[in-house]
Amino acid sequence: MIGIGKSFLGVRVLGEVDLVAAAGEVHAVVGENGAGKSTLMKILAGVHPPDEGTIEIDGRGVSFGHPLDAQRAGVAIIHQEFNLLPERSVAENVFLGREPVRRGLVDRPAMDAATARLLGELGEDSFGPRDPVRHLSVAQQQVVEIVKALSLDARIVVMDEPTAALAEHEVDLLHRLVRRLQGRGIAVLYISHRLREVFDLADRVTVLKDGRLVTSAATGELTPDGLVRLMVGRDLGSYFPPRATSAGETRLRVTGGGNDRLRDIDLELRAGEILGLAGLQGSGRSALAKALFGAEPFTRGRMTPVRPRTVREGIAAGIGLVTEDRKAEGLALRQSVRDNALLVARASGRGRRDGVRELLERVRLVPPRQDREVRYLSGGNQQKVVLAKWLTVAPRVLLFDEPTRGVDVGAKAAIHDLMRELAGEGAAVMMISSELPELIGMSDRIVVLREGRISGTLPAGPSEEAVMRLAAGEVAA
Amino acid sequence: MRRTLPILAVLAVLLAAIAIANPFFLEPAGFLGFVRRAAPLVILAAGQYFVIVSGEFDLSVGSLVTVEVVVAARLIDGNEGATWPVLLLLVVLGLLVGLANGLVTTLLRVPSFIATLGMMLVLSGAVFLWTGGAPRGALSEGFRMFGRQTGWAVLILAVTALVVVLLTRADFGRTLVATGDNERAAALSGVRVNRVRILAFVLSGASAVVAGILLGGFAGVSAQVGQGLEFQAITAVVLGGVVLGGGRGSVVAAMAGALTLEALFTLLNLYGISGALEFTVQGVIIIAAVAAGAVRLPFAHPRRSKGDAHAAS
Repeated sequence: MIGIGKSFLGVRVLGEVDLVAAAGEVHAVVGENGAGKSTLMKILAGVHPPDEGTIEIDGRGVSFGHPLDAQRAGVAIIHQEFNLLPERSVAENVFLGREPVRRGLVDRPAMDAATARLLGELGEDSFGPRDPVRHLSVAQQQVVEIVKALSLDARIVVMDEPTAALAEHEVDLLHRLVRRLQGRGIAVLYISHRLREVFDLADRVTVLKDGRLVTSAATGELTPDGLVRLMVGRDLGSYFPPRATSAGETRLRVTGGGNDRLRDIDLELRAGEILGLAGLQGSGRSALAKALFGAEPFTRGRMTPVRPRTVREGIAAGIGLVTEDRKAEGLALRQSVRDNALLVARASGRGRRDGVRELLERVRLVPPRQDREVRYLSGGNQQKVVLAKWLTVAPRVLLFDEPTRGVDVGAKAAIHDLMRELAGEGAAVMMISSELPELIGMSDRIVVLREGRISGTLPAGPSEEAVMRLAAGEVAA
Repeated sequence: MRRTLPILAVLAVLLAAIAIANPFFLEPAGFLGFVRRAAPLVILAAGQYFVIVSGEFDLSVGSLVTVEVVVAARLIDGNEGATWPVLLLLVVLGLLVGLANGLVTTLLRVPSFIATLGMMLVLSGAVFLWTGGAPRGALSEGFRMFGRQTGWAVLILAVTALVVVLLTRADFGRTLVATGDNERAAALSGVRVNRVRILAFVLSGASAVVAGILLGGFAGVSAQVGQGLEFQAITAVVLGGVVLGGGRGSVVAAMAGALTLEALFTLLNLYGISGALEFTVQGVIIIAAVAAGAVRLPFAHPRRSKGDAHAAS
C-alpha cells in the first residue's frame, strides 16, 4: 500500500501511509486509538476506498470497490467482533454464501470434510466442523474465522486486536496459529495494543500516529520503550504510578463468601489500597467483582458493612463496578456523554448532577464535551465516561474489571493514574486484569483465584511466574 | 433539537399546504379547531413515546380509549352530578390497565407486543360483552365540555405537553431512555429497569384516559371511538423519528409526528381523498419511516471533530 490517504467528512484520518508486507511475514501495525490502524486495514479489505494512493498485491495494482473484491484478491480480515452465525455449524459458517453444491443441494459431507481438513492443518482438535458456533469459546470462534480465511485461499490475513478478548493461555494458542499461517507463506497483518506480543510475534512493526506513518522497522531494531515513545510521541516515563505507602482502614470485608460460582471467599479491601485480582479466564474473577457489587450476589458468608443482594444495595453501600464489557454492560451507547455520566446519580436519586464538566476533565476525557453520543468515542474515552459515572456518587469501594482492555496507551496511563488517585483519596480499589504486567505494576497486593476459590495472596511486585503458578494450580515442589 | 427539526419542517410544509387549500385555516378559529382535532392523537403519541423509547409497544391504548368512553357514557347516563366521580374512576381504570400491561411485560416477561395485544383483545371483548355492541347511556355536558370546547382541549393539550417534556428531562425520563438503549448497563448502574418500564406503561394508560375524555366530548359515544388509535399513535411516534426498539428519540418530535399525521389526514380530506385511504397512508408512513431510520445515510452521521477521528479507526 503506497501513499494511502483517507478523509471522513473532511477530516483527514490517514495521509501518505505506506505499508509493505512480505509473504510469510508477521507484520504488526501499532499506534494509539485514532492513529488510523483500523481505517488502513479497512481500506485494504475493501470496506472503504482510499482517497489517495495505490494498493498492490503480488506486484499487481488492485482497486477494491467492495469487500468481496478484496476477498477475491486474497485479503481476509478478522475483526474484533466476529461475523459468525451462532446457530449454524462451524462448517456452515466457513462456507457461508459459497456452499459446495451437488445436484442442487448443499454438499454437507464435502463442506464438513474440507473444514475438518483445515482444522487439522491448524492442529485444532477441541471442536469439529459440525459443532454449532454458539458452543464455542471466543478463542475457538477465532479459529473458525481463520479457517474461513484459509478456505478462501487468503494471501493476506489481517487480524484486528485478536488477543483483546482472550485469556493468557489462549493467547499462546493464537500465536501458534499465527506462526502456522506464516509458515504457509501468508502475510499476517497484526494490530495489537499489547507490546509484548508485538515483540514475541512480529517480524516487522509499522507505527502510525495521527494518521501518519511514523516508522516501519524490523522488530529487532526496536526496544519496547522506544516503541512506546514512537507510538505516543513522548516519553511515558515509568509505566505505572507509584504505589501506596500504607493501607488505611478496612472498607469491605468478606468471610466465607460463596455462590454458585465462588466458594470460601475471604477478602478485605482497604482504603488507599489497590488490590489486584488475578486468575485464568473462568476462574471467577468477574463473578467475584459482581458478587461484591451485588449484581450476582453472594448466597453464603458474611460481608461487612453489608452483603448486597442487589445492585442498588451495592451502590447504596458505596460500591461501584466498572464492568468488563463496557459496550454491553457499562454504557448506553446512543446516549450522550452527559446522560451516561449521570446515570448512576439519577438512578440512585443521589449524588451530584452539577459539575459534570469538571468531572469529565478530572477523568481526562478529551475533548471533555458532554453532548456527544458515547458510541462515537474511542475505547479509552468510553472507559473514562464509565469512570465518571461512578465518580458522581463518590464510591468508597471501586471495582475495576479489565479497565484498560481495548484502550490505547495514552488512555491506559490516564486510567492508571486515576485509579491511584482515587485510592489516594481513600477509596478501596480492586482491579482485575488479564495483562499480568499491568496487574503486577498497579497492585499493592494480589489475590489469585482458581476455580472459584482464592488460591493465594501475594504482596506487591511478585513475579509473573508466582502469579501464574497460583492461577494455574501448579504446586510448587 | 437537531432530531426534532426534520419533522417540524415536514409539519410546516403540510400546514402551509392546508392553508393554501383552505385559507380559513389561517384564522385562529380554523387553526385551533385543527389543534383540538389533533389533541387526542398528540396526547396518545406522548404516552406511546414513553413506552416505545423504553423498547416496548402499547397496542392497548385504542381499546382503552373505547372502554373509557363507553364506561363514562353508561355510568354518567346524562347525570351532571356523576361527572367528577366518574372522571376519577376513569383515571383509576386507565392507570390500572397501564399497570397491568407493565407488570405482565416486566415480571411475567411477556413481550409487550403480545401483552398489550392481549390487553387490547380483552378490553374490546369486555366492551362488547358489556354493551352488547351498542353502547348505552349518554355523557353529561360537563364531561363533553373538555373535548368540545376548543379552549379546554387546547389547554389540556398544552398542560400534557408541558408535563411530558418535564418528565423526559427528569431523572425518570433519562433513566427510561437509557433502559431502552441498554437495559443491562442501566440495571448495573442501579436503574430499577422494571419500575421505570411499568411507569412508562402507566403513563401510556394515563394518556389514553385523557384522549378518551377529549374524544368522548368531541366525537361522541360509540363502540368504535378508539379503533385504530394505537396504530395512529405508533405511526406518529415513528414519524417523529423515535426509534422502535428504544433508546432514542424526543417526545416533542413524537408529538410533532402526531400533528403531522393529523395534518396529512386533513389535507387528504381537503382534496377529497377517501378517508379509507388513511390506513394505507399510515402503513406506508410507518414502513418508510422505519426504513429511513434503518438505512444509514452517509450525511446522517454526526460530524466528527479532529480529536475524535479515532471513532473511524
